[in-house]
Amino acid sequence: MRIVNLLKIAYRSLSKNKLRVLLTMLGIIIGVASVIAMLAIGQGSKQNIQSSVASLGTNSIMIYPGSSTQGGVRMGAGSYSTLTKKDAEAIVAKCEFVTDVSPVVQKSSQIIAGNKNWHTMVVGGLSQYFSIRNLKIEKGNIFSSNDERTAAKVCVIGLTVSDNLFGANGDAVGQFIRINSIPFKVIGVIERKGQNSFGQDQDDIIIAPFSTVQKRMLSTIFLNSILASATSEDDIDKAKAQITSIIRIQHRLSPNNEDDFTVRSQADIANIFGSISRIMTILLACIASISLVVGGIGIMNIMLVSVTERTREIGIRMAVGARGRDVLIQFMIESVFISVLGGLIGIALGILISMLVGKFGGWPVVITGTSIILAFAFSSAVGMFFGWYPARKAASLNPIDALRYE
Amino acid sequence: MNTDQPLISVKNLSKAYKMGDIEFLALRNVSLDIEKGAFAAIMGPSGSGKSTFMNLLGCLDAPTKGEYLLDGVNVLSLGKNQLAELRNRKIGFIFQSFNILARTSAIENVELPMLYNNSVKSKERREKAMNALKSVGLADRAQHMPSQLSGGQQQRVAIARSLVNDPLVIMADEPTGNLDTRSSYEIMGIFQQLNDKGITIVMVTHELDIAQFARSNIMFRDGQIVSNTAVNARKIAKDELIKLPVINPSEVLT
Ligand SMILES: Nc1ncnc2c1ncn2[C@@H]1O[C@H](COP(=O)(O)OP(=O)(O)OP(=O)(O)O)[C@@H](O)[C@H]1O
Ligand SMILES: [Mg+2]
Repeated sequence: MRIVNLLKIAYRSLSKNKLRVLLTMLGIIIGVASVIAMLAIGQGSKQNIQSSVASLGTNSIMIYPGSSTQGGVRMGAGSYSTLTKKDAEAIVAKCEFVTDVSPVVQKSSQIIAGNKNWHTMVVGGLSQYFSIRNLKIEKGNIFSSNDERTAAKVCVIGLTVSDNLFGANGDAVGQFIRINSIPFKVIGVIERKGQNSFGQDQDDIIIAPFSTVQKRMLSTIFLNSILASATSEDDIDKAKAQITSIIRIQHRLSPNNEDDFTVRSQADIANIFGSISRIMTILLACIASISLVVGGIGIMNIMLVSVTERTREIGIRMAVGARGRDVLIQFMIESVFISVLGGLIGIALGILISMLVGKFGGWPVVITGTSIILAFAFSSAVGMFFGWYPARKAASLNPIDALRYE
Repeated sequence: MNTDQPLISVKNLSKAYKMGDIEFLALRNVSLDIEKGAFAAIMGPSGSGKSTFMNLLGCLDAPTKGEYLLDGVNVLSLGKNQLAELRNRKIGFIFQSFNILARTSAIENVELPMLYNNSVKSKERREKAMNALKSVGLADRAQHMPSQLSGGQQQRVAIARSLVNDPLVIMADEPTGNLDTRSSYEIMGIFQQLNDKGITIVMVTHELDIAQFARSNIMFRDGQIVSNTAVNARKIAKDELIKLPVINPSEVLT
């Protein structure tokens, strides 16, 4: 009976102050929506990184020149010159835990076909490079060991290169292109892989036989890296250990010399990327929390501004017989209504923003239940607290003091 | 309920206001009995403690010391919730500044005390509120907002609100303080009607002519009662309203 009356009182009060209700709600809506959107973006990039790392082949192992303690993984070409083709051959000969091995060299080059030109990375590798990196051929073929032996001027190109040189519908296979003025025959096109986690286009690539790139384009004996794939996921650690000792012997390193190369498995890279994306998620969460706090301050502001009017109102209510508890329950109902409705609208808006970012920003988004619950719970708590706090203060006054409050 | 004992009985009531270190004694050992069915007007210079006294009688504020029996109940021994119930059921309080809820229609304002009274069923509520509005002559203004009502009409809404839980006593602190003569007399007419029905009325006023509508006049000075006298030539609101000159706009212009 009493609660029905209090619901009625709260309903009347809310419907008489629509603007105030709306403004208070706005703070909650923005806070909740931004947390959900930010976390969805962070979570999306994390999953994107995980899946693109996995698509590189979970068994693969990379060997880079230079020591990891001297500055981490070197992605750039030619920072250190320690690895040679002999090292790759030694791994093939002595390591029992690898199936495929390919030395890798690369050079950023100018490509010309007819009147079109394009700039891209030309990678030199063995035919095993394709299986290690999990690359499939859409049209044509990959090069043979014969091409490798004769340093044939043939290449396999990515779809981005093909689209730019021969048009979206053009057939690249069999055509000739000039790489740094050297004519190459296109013998295959790689199936689309899309962007990797850093937004890099993985189809913007040309792959040619190792010997061709090394001898005709680079004329250096040093490698950018060696790629290998372990016999199975369980053998990765054993393979890494064996590769390390094989190359140490190759490089004649004494026990007190550091490695002059770095061996990393796909799992190591996944971990590094994982921690990068964790940091990013934390950053985004921080931004979102700030907006929640700002939203909370907005709620607080409106509540405090209306406190004069409300204190007088509370005085009137108490003068006609409202108990302190009645006033508190009325205010709780009002704040719960505002926070919950604001929270629900915020959730809807957050999901909408996430989807728009996903659609038009080309950014992957993943909306998680945790982020929804987190944002909803926090903003509701803020809304309820700041709705209830002035009421509590006023309800503890003498009726006459509440009536006199200015 | 003992019919012999007065409805209101205060003994040695004192109220001190604290402002920092200084204490100001606004009421000094006031003792007073008000019988059932009385209509008392409290008068006195500004600052003499009239409002302070009314707020104590209306259970809106607590005294510093003294005794207060309302309808045989020792008010000062009651807790906050019991005081709220007392205000709800036994007292109707009327303020100089009306104190009705803004942006809330007349009828909803009148319904307010019943929303805090469990013994009123929701079906009766609207009907009772409407009857109260009728008794103050505002039946046709039920849906009006306070901003659409004149001061006199707003005060009548406040009176209807004070009546709606059938109180024993109506306490009014300068109910006509913000009103013109005609509206004031109309309010007095309502008070006299209620008083004739047996409701006790205690009212503060500054105006001598308004005090003449009551049955007795109590004089305050410096926080004390200096006199309590019966009104000799009591005015009757119905007659006084007829005597009031009707202001004709064309006459004013000429
Ligand atoms: N809340 C308060 N704090 C401090 N002093 C107060 C307070 N309320 C009233 N007073 C003081 O108590 C005295 C009595 O005030 P009260 O309001 O009772 O006078 P009053 O007789 O109603 O005057 P008026 O006719 O002007 O309304 C005054 O001197 C006033 O300054
Ligand atoms: Mg006063």
